[in-house]
Amino acid sequence: MELHLHCLRRLSLLPQPSRFPSCLFSEEEKRNRVQEEEHHEKKKMRFVVKACRNGRAREGVLHLGSCPTAIETPSLLLSTCKGLPFFITRDLLPSLPSPDSHLLQMSPLHFLECPSATTISNIGGLHQMVGLHEHCFVAAPRDSILGLPDFEGTNKLGASFETTGGRRLVKPVEYMKIISSLKPDLWTSLADEVPAWVSEKRNQMSVDRTVCWLDDCIGINLAAGASVLGAIVGGSSLDERRHCAQEVVKRNVAGYWIGGFGLGESMEERPALLAAVTDLLPAERPRQICGLGLPEEVLQGVAAGIDLFESTYIYHLTLGGSALTFPLDGEERHGYDSQLSDIGSDHTKINLRATVYRKDTSPIVDGCCCYTCQNHTRAYLNHLLNVHEMLAHILLEM
Amino acid sequence: MALLIRRKEKAACSVTILRGPSAVHIMALRFEILGRFNRARAAQLTLPHFVCQTPLFMPVGTQGTIKGLTNNQLEDIGCQIILGNTYHLALRPTAELIDELGGLHNFMNWPRALLTDSGGFQMVSLLHLADITEKGVTFQSPVDGKPMLLTPEQSIKIQNKIGADIIMALDDVVRTTITGPRIEEAMYRTLRWIDRCIAAHEKPNEQNLFGIVQGGLDPALRDICVRGLVDRNLPGYAIGGLAGGEDKDSFWRVVAQCTAALPEDKPRYVMGVGYPLDIVVCSALGADMYDCVYPTRTARFGTALVPEGVLKLKHKVMEADVRPIDPTCSCMVCKNYTRSYIHCLVTKDAMGSQLLSYHNLAYMMRLSKDLHMSIIEGRFPEYVCGFLQKQFPKGDVPEWVCNAMEVAGIDISSCCVPFS
Ligand SMILES: [Zn+2]
Ligand SMILES: [Zn+2]
Repeated sequence: MELHLHCLRRLSLLPQPSRFPSCLFSEEEKRNRVQEEEHHEKKKMRFVVKACRNGRAREGVLHLGSCPTAIETPSLLLSTCKGLPFFITRDLLPSLPSPDSHLLQMSPLHFLECPSATTISNIGGLHQMVGLHEHCFVAAPRDSILGLPDFEGTNKLGASFETTGGRRLVKPVEYMKIISSLKPDLWTSLADEVPAWVSEKRNQMSVDRTVCWLDDCIGINLAAGASVLGAIVGGSSLDERRHCAQEVVKRNVAGYWIGGFGLGESMEERPALLAAVTDLLPAERPRQICGLGLPEEVLQGVAAGIDLFESTYIYHLTLGGSALTFPLDGEERHGYDSQLSDIGSDHTKINLRATVYRKDTSPIVDGCCCYTCQNHTRAYLNHLLNVHEMLAHILLEM
Repeated sequence: MALLIRRKEKAACSVTILRGPSAVHIMALRFEILGRFNRARAAQLTLPHFVCQTPLFMPVGTQGTIKGLTNNQLEDIGCQIILGNTYHLALRPTAELIDELGGLHNFMNWPRALLTDSGGFQMVSLLHLADITEKGVTFQSPVDGKPMLLTPEQSIKIQNKIGADIIMALDDVVRTTITGPRIEEAMYRTLRWIDRCIAAHEKPNEQNLFGIVQGGLDPALRDICVRGLVDRNLPGYAIGGLAGGEDKDSFWRVVAQCTAALPEDKPRYVMGVGYPLDIVVCSALGADMYDCVYPTRTARFGTALVPEGVLKLKHKVMEADVRPIDPTCSCMVCKNYTRSYIHCLVTKDAMGSQLLSYHNLAYMMRLSKDLHMSIIEGRFPEYVCGFLQKQFPKGDVPEWVCNAMEVAGIDISSCCVPFS
């Protein structure tokens, strides 16, 4: 058993490599941009697919400028608020498994209010502002926690989001102003994400707008275009998904961001929708998905050839007081059987709020080497959760 | 006659057994003064779990944790001892559970020193229905509303179970601003209760029981109380009943009177004091230990402690300020974040107050260390002057500070003119 965060990533690597034939792509990505600034040159992304498994699933290596080591994909992006990981303080970050935890997801929407783009530029961008120089930031407007798409408020001028500061309409120009000041390692173009139940017409409109905004975003900042992930939407229509993917593939982008998932589509229809998109995408560029976070959803994404996932599930589990104990080695935990379901636990997670842990002096996961398991017992975490202490969330997120 | 017995503890700690005519006084600490300037002293306080340097500030960890900070972070900023609130811990997770899990040190995995209060102050300040009689403090249980009684014996029993290095006697707490016979009653009751606390204390060779000097702002009552407690020959003494809204001139005079009357070779703890200026003044008057929620509470309101006083991070001018909170601070927060970014965090998120708490506690630890080192290195007056000049650049040092410094024998005349 490894670290909790690590668990999800390893889970995303299943099935076991040895059981499937692999084809190797060792060709390096060659894209040269005339407009690239030195800054972008230094931070240029490289992505290599190492092996394909079981059809669409693949393993890759992602090199990003600010990260000292390569990141193996499929990989999880740690969710952040205003550029800081939820609940994890910076001195604890190094204790997470490296290099996985070097990949952070951030939302430019968190910086709509302040600091201003000018101030962020004065500080020297996001890495400098949050003091995480060796971490990579992937920026996307929707973060599934604090910035949900508000399709009803979106119009031809810009995308609307439900943010902590209320509904906000974000136009491509504003969006790019923030992106240009933050200088994330990768960023996603503005998308009009719609839920699965909207009309065919509204869905088509969302595809047209998303493609149009991709052109707008790249047009506004040509230099930053070198690190753009083109947004692909299309709701639960296979045709619109394909149409959008085809359009985005024509553009000069660093990778792809697949949006519009986790918005009402069923588990059953999702694999076909995912495959419709990934089948059209060039193999040598990374693919990120938004809206899939449950372990089983991540598995669906991996099967469809997605490389990067968000970790909002960990965030929600943490808030709920649960700890992931996903058994990766096939070994069942002893002593947790029928009683588990009664207290909101199962074999992949335990609810530490439950009274059975009041006197439990064992760590969350035996043999786990994270800060929390090394230092604290289930009983202490139970106590912290029951008195609503912030430290509980910090320790659990680990 | 004093007899020294060496014990093998986590920190090498000796137990001094003083044989008096009637009682045997055992203590689990060693207090060695390393340097002095007039009344001020820098000492090494050896407790069962940690060797502390005084003057020292103790952050308050109400529920067995300091707001949002991990134990590693507390060790990193130089925190030597944490205060736990007996009242809160006794309610949840309960003293019995803590005892069963090996004491509070084990429970929260904190290797350094701990101090618990008696629980009485929390009850009187948090519960309006608390009533004090000769038996103890009667209060309504916040769990089921039933009337409950905390006696001196129970307070000590609970604190014995929690297992902190220093435990506090239950005292009769009165609001500082009250006057009249109630103050006198409370002082005499505190003296009667100290004997019940001493008798109930089951672990005198593992935990140090401190007595608390009461007596309001009345010098005569304070004098009776100090002498009564000193007669009991306790391991350390606290000055209670202050920091409750009394005027500053009365405050420092009580501290000065008590420190002058307390034994030289025992630690002196001023309860509830935590403003940096108050700590500097009290240390000049010979106090050694302090506790306060101020640094973490003020962080929640977006305020940072800096050498110049305070910095309000919520203020609009911080929005575009790309400097660290305190350019002279070497804490993790000041090394990594700008005022503008923290401004943006404190207006909404918990993350901001956590970072500010970290810096503020780091500031208090640095203040403690600076006081300690300046006394040892014989430059305490210079340190005090430097401190006051930064806090009062216009030379407007409050009169009570000037008065206190005169008693402390520290010439601060250079600070009382505008500093250019
Ligand atoms: Zn762990
Ligand atoms: Zn600092």
